[in-house]
Amino acid sequence: MDKVAIKVNVNGTERAAEVEPRMLLVHFLRETLRLTGTHIGCDTSHCGACTVVMDGRAIKSCTAFAVQADGRSVMTVEGLEQDGKLHPLQDGFYQEHGLQCGYCTPGMLMTGIAFLGENSNPTDDEIRHAISGNLCRCTGYVNIVKAYQYAAQKMRDGGA
Amino acid sequence: MIPRSFEYFSPRTLDEAIGLLQKLGPDAKLLSGGQSLIPMMKLRMVSPQHIVDINRIPGLDYITESDGQLKIGALAREHQLETSDVIATKLPILADTAKFIADPLVRSQATVCGNLAHGDPANDHPATMLALGAKVVATGPNGQREIAVADFFPGLFTTALEPEEILTEIRVPLPPANSGGAYLKLERKVGDFATAGVAAQITLDDAGNCKQAGIGLTNVGMTPIKAIKTEAFLGGKTLDEATINQAAEIAASESEPMDDIRGSADYKRDLVRVLTARALTRALARAKGGA
Repeated sequence: MDKVAIKVNVNGTERAAEVEPRMLLVHFLRETLRLTGTHIGCDTSHCGACTVVMDGRAIKSCTAFAVQADGRSVMTVEGLEQDGKLHPLQDGFYQEHGLQCGYCTPGMLMTGIAFLGENSNPTDDEIRHAISGNLCRCTGYVNIVKAYQYAAQKMRDGGA
Repeated sequence: MIPRSFEYFSPRTLDEAIGLLQKLGPDAKLLSGGQSLIPMMKLRMVSPQHIVDINRIPGLDYITESDGQLKIGALAREHQLETSDVIATKLPILADTAKFIADPLVRSQATVCGNLAHGDPANDHPATMLALGAKVVATGPNGQREIAVADFFPGLFTTALEPEEILTEIRVPLPPANSGGAYLKLERKVGDFATAGVAAQITLDDAGNCKQAGIGLTNVGMTPIKAIKTEAFLGGKTLDEATINQAAEIAASESEPMDDIRGSADYKRDLVRVLTARALTRALARAKGGA
């Protein structure tokens, strides 16, 4: 099948490639662009490890084709740190021990980016609802909720 | 998991999309949110030769009020139902329903129209749209036609859409004053399909009796079920506890569940009874101005 030329703005940089239409967005990010921060967990739209932000919306990159990202902006975990400074959400996961094995963390972070963009002062319940599509098998989620709250506070205080 | 190869089209207008469906024939499949289609392609349960991606057609992502109806465009995402003011005030049953669908990440992509067009009796919006008496607009080579949701699901995974038609809009009549509705669903975990789900929408008359009732059932039959006997029973009744419980028994008898990993047919039938009573109780509270 013919390849399709696409241009995707990934973490602020225009990336051009020719891809098979059936290539999943997560494979494009990991294999074509070698941005391996985005993880593949279940590969069945359940676990959220592959979450990225496309045009402001957190989506599962295992359940989108790379061609769908043509002309759009995609942010991955690699795009969070700026000038050697952690994003408040990354800092929150660090300060509050929001991870153990770290496998779910990139997805948890990207879900949080979109969520805190819409809700800058969430309740714990709202956070738990927001991360209900991201599975973590280590933490029991308690410290992830705290990490989101830490970031929300810091961002409200003008930390980002 | 990697789907079989396909040819990709990304039309910029509805006419172009319909032209492609005409030209490519039945091996073409529309891609909107893709949250049912892409998993099925990855599992190779379906392998369309052509994908027509409608996401780049402008102007289809609306949720608006006009002509006494709520209109939901083909590219309105589930997430929009959760954040819409008009839905929160006039049709909270739609926000109830959206919140039960998959998870927030899936809902940021998944479309409401796709939830109907997929034709899966396990999907949640069909029951709600049946309860609300909604219609869909099918747009094809000969223009538009309206189809009542009650006539939209002739069988398992089939819809009343012709192969060259696109479901471009859902039209929900805006409920009159003293109306309320609710959708309830039992799921084993976030994102699971319903073990059973029940949608109830009622309107009260000036005396506080039930003037009109709509009841829809999820995943307890080969198609979404409009519980017409329950609806007829409720007409004109005072919705006290005894009446609600009687209606719930009738709804259970109208369900046609099968044994599967989510439970036995008997269990699901009883679940329809329990959920119907709870959904009617919440609908009644909302009709009286509560949340």
